[in-house]
This record gives sequence, structure tokens and C-alpha cells, in this order.
Amino acid sequence: MKLKLYLASIMFIIMAGMIPLSAMAEEKKEEAPAAAAIAAAPDAAAAPAAEAAPAAPATPPDVKPVLNTGDTAWMLVSSALVLLMIPGLALFYGGMVRQKNVLSTMMHSLVAMGIVGVQWAVIGYSLAFAPDMGGGLLGNFSKFMLNGLIIMKDASSGVVEYALFQNYTKEPGAIPELVFAMYQCMFAMITVALISGAMAERVKFSAYCVFVLLWTTLVYDPLAHWVWMTEGWLFKKGALDFAGGTVVHLSSGISALAFLIFLGKRHGYPTERMAPHNLPLTLLGVGLLWFGWFGFNAGSAIVGVNTSDAAGGLAGLAFATTTIAPAAAGLSWMIAEWIHSGKPSALGFGSGVVAGLVVITPAAGFVQPGAALLMGLAAGLVCYGGILLKAKLKYDDSLDAFGVHGIGGTFGAILTGVFATVGATGLLAGNFKQLMTQLIAVVAAGAYAFIVTLVLAFILDKTMGLRVEKEDEIMGLDQTQHSESGYNM
Amino acid sequence: MKLIEAIIKPFKLDEVKDALNEIGIEGITVSEVKGYGRQKGHTELYRGAEYVVDFIPKIKLEIAVSDELVNKVVETIMNTAKTGRIGDGKIFVIPLEEAVRIRTGEQGSEAI
Repeated sequence: MKLKLYLASIMFIIMAGMIPLSAMAEEKKEEAPAAAAIAAAPDAAAAPAAEAAPAAPATPPDVKPVLNTGDTAWMLVSSALVLLMIPGLALFYGGMVRQKNVLSTMMHSLVAMGIVGVQWAVIGYSLAFAPDMGGGLLGNFSKFMLNGLIIMKDASSGVVEYALFQNYTKEPGAIPELVFAMYQCMFAMITVALISGAMAERVKFSAYCVFVLLWTTLVYDPLAHWVWMTEGWLFKKGALDFAGGTVVHLSSGISALAFLIFLGKRHGYPTERMAPHNLPLTLLGVGLLWFGWFGFNAGSAIVGVNTSDAAGGLAGLAFATTTIAPAAAGLSWMIAEWIHSGKPSALGFGSGVVAGLVVITPAAGFVQPGAALLMGLAAGLVCYGGILLKAKLKYDDSLDAFGVHGIGGTFGAILTGVFATVGATGLLAGNFKQLMTQLIAVVAAGAYAFIVTLVLAFILDKTMGLRVEKEDEIMGLDQTQHSESGYNM
Repeated sequence: MKLIEAIIKPFKLDEVKDALNEIGIEGITVSEVKGYGRQKGHTELYRGAEYVVDFIPKIKLEIAVSDELVNKVVETIMNTAKTGRIGDGKIFVIPLEEAVRIRTGEQGSEAI
């Protein structure tokens, strides 16, 4: 025992020693990109300018999109990677519930793939990414049923042309918009599935399904439009969210908390034993989530600022930060737990990894590796504090959707405004305004998600009822909601 | 005849079985059981939620023996199952009225 504590403190001291070192390295590096940006600007301007207008104006002219097959290949792979996160999440959550609820919990994630997959094609993509209806609040209905993504050239022979998605109009690189639409579809699927962690072991399946449809339509689609669409009001304000810290994690985490107000605690919480029934499933889920997250973050280079490359240096940076931050966060959660409660738990390390992934998501392509390391270390500590808060306040967020995604997403969005140095500048680079913009985005998105979810939960509670009967809850949702059991051994 | 019931630590089962074999015991019945005595349970911690596990897994042996073997068997189990730490278990000796071998119909000491 004493030896272990000693070991823990040594590791902690080593880690703590690295913080000022990397912070110093950070400061030195900050000078460099600023200079590089200035030097690179005329270069970038010169290339398209030479073709379009020899007079070389101050801002380069827009160029026509040209299909880039390399970027397209990477985005197809990224989309599939993000899809894999959803069964990963199902395993992550499924292992943490009691044996009698494993299937129902995994179904919460899987059925989101079904419902949102259909919703996205019919109306979701249009609401999020079609031209603005007005005020930067919501897309219009022009891309209903993915309309316009395939352009019919000659109906008699079936000759078509594919609409292109060009992120940066100063460079030609583009991918088929269909690929972009499907990539974004995966994000919509997983975001609502994240919320299910708070409802596990007591929510009525039918009410959950209706919630998935309504929440994605009324909360996710508008938020994606606000933050990621060039006409969105938060995008125009300059809010930074590389891969979805605000849109995905903050919104789902805060919504989880709002939903809990009407859902209430599980029967027997917190006195009854509700230990995870199969942590190996959970740890396998952590692995799949991390693997898929490379598509989530590195794939988001497709919407990176000042570059058209989806599979280039920016994707490489996001890939690096997505490796470093969760590694550091797994360690910092593990060590914090080791010191605080005496043992380094496997669930603790896994939770730390997920916390690190959540926190680095909004910053993945905006910060340098040193900052990613610091953000990761902080992520493990802050989210560990987040789950302890639950034990103290006695609200029943079954699988810590708020503790990890709500707190981590908010924390990451704010830290992005502190550490950003690549393609944007944050507080440490002397841009105080960016931090304020991040705070505005956090408060606006958080408040919107909270209020709309609260209304949705209230209406569903009064009409369908959110919870299963007490007796069914005790029997387990697998049997009472799905007429199955996870293990017939 | 006596029925000897012994509750031991699970990892000691093989050792005890071998030792009983050596002194000529030809059959034992083993079950996985849970319980608590002076050892009490332990606590488990999952993301800050603490659960006390009251019942600890143990192995229960049941051995039917003729009267003259009782002391030897009890001694053998005691010696091999002992670790000296709390939670080593208990041995109960219970009078046994009758024993029947189902296949042949033999009765009494013949049957065990």
C-alpha cells in the first residue's frame, strides 16, 4: 500500500514537472506560427491569383471546386470510422450497466443509428447544412431527401454529376457533397446516443425513440448549423469548434442533465448495488471509441480554416492531438484516483481516455501537441471531479453522460479559446476576444440545448411517460422492453 | 459414520483434494458457495460509487467417512487448507445415519 502510494506520487511529480516544460515550449512555438502565417499568406495568394487574375489583389479570388480524390478517400474512411464509434459506445455503456439491462442499453445506441440515419437523409442534413433560412439559425428545406447532391444531366441515359463540397473557396480542393453529408450523418447519430448514458436502466424504449427523433431535429440540427455552417451565427462570430466539442459533447451532456430532471433516479439508487456487470466490454468500447475518434477529429480537417485539404497536415495535427490528449487524460484520471481512493482502476483509466478525447475534440486542429498534452492532463482531473460531484449531489446520471461529455465538452470548448495557435489565436497568443467568443458559444449552445430538452422531456413525460413501471425496472429492461436476455448461459 | 463438511478458501481446493486422496478418501463432493464469517467482505469502487461486497466466494467440501477415519480427515483438511490468515474456513462433523450406493444397493460403511 505504502509502496503504491509512493509510486503514484513519483509518477505525479514527473508529470507535474513536465507541465512547465511543455508550457515553455508552447510559448516559444507561439511566435513561430504567427510568422509562418504571414510568410505563407502571399504564397497561397500567388498560386490561384496567377491563374485567375495576374494583377494579384489583396485577397485571393474564389476558385472553382475540383474533385480531390485523395481527400475523398480519406473522408469515406473517416465516415466509416465515426460510424464504428457507435457500436463502440454501445459496448462502453453496455458493460457499465447491470446484466439485466445490457441489451436495452446497447439498443439505445444502435437504434439511434437507425432513426437518425433516416432522419438525416430526409430532413436533418437540410436543416443543418442547406442555405440559411434567416438569422443564421437554421437551414432551409432545399436539401430535403438530399436533394441536389446528385445533379441529373441526362435522364434518358442516366448521366449524372455529383455536387461538390468546397470548404475553402480560395483553393479548388473539394469532395462530393454526398460524402460530406454522410460524414456529418455519423456525428448526428452518435451525439444523441451519448445522451442515453444518463437514461440507462429505466427509460421507456418507445419514449426514447421519439426523443431521439425530436432531439436530433430540434436541438442537434440547429446547433450544427449555428457552429459549422458558414452562414451560422456562431460561425460568423468566430466561435471555434474543430470537431464538435460544443455541437456534440456539450450539447449532449447538458441535455442529459435536463432530461434527468423529469426522468428521476433509478429505483434503489444510490443504496442498492449497481456495479458494472462486464467491464471488459466497456474497455473494448474505449478502444473502439478511440479508434473511431481519429475519423471524428482528423476527418474534421475537411472543415478546417484556410485550407482545402481534408487529408493533409491539418488532419495530421488533429490525429496527433487525438493521440496525445487521451493518453495523458487516461494517466491523470488513473493517478488522481490512485491517490484519492487508493487504487488505479481499469474503469478509471478508460473513463480518462474518453474524457481526454472529449476535451481535445473542439481543439484538435487548433492547438499544438504541447497544448494537447496539457489539455489531456487537465481533462482527466476535471472529469474525475465531475463524476465525484455526482456521488456528492446524488443525482442519477447512470453512466456519466453529463460528468464526462457535459463537463468535458464545456471545458474543452473554453480551453480551445485559451490554447488555439493554429489557424486561429487564443488567450495565450494574446487574443482575449477569442476566449469571450468561446464563452458566448458555450452559454448559447448550452442554454438552447438545456431549454429545448427540458421542454421535450416535459411533453414526453406528460404524454407517453418517460419511465417503465417500477416492477419492469426491477425485472430489467431487456426482458420487459425487448423480450430478450443478454446472456443465456 | 460421519459427514464432514468443510468450508475452505477456493485456491486451496486442489491441495486438499490431493491430500485426501493420499489418505485413502475415495470420493468428495464440491460446491462453490458464498458467505461471510470473521473475514467480512470487501469494498469495490466504480467511478466514485462505493459498494460493499458482503459475501466472499468459498468452496464447500462434503465427505462421508467411517468413524475411524474422522480424525485423520479433519486433521488433513486442517493442515492443508491452513494459511494462518483470517478467512481460512471451518470444518463441521455431522452424524450420518445411513449411506446407500445406488448402483449396487450396498449400505452403511460398505457404501462409502
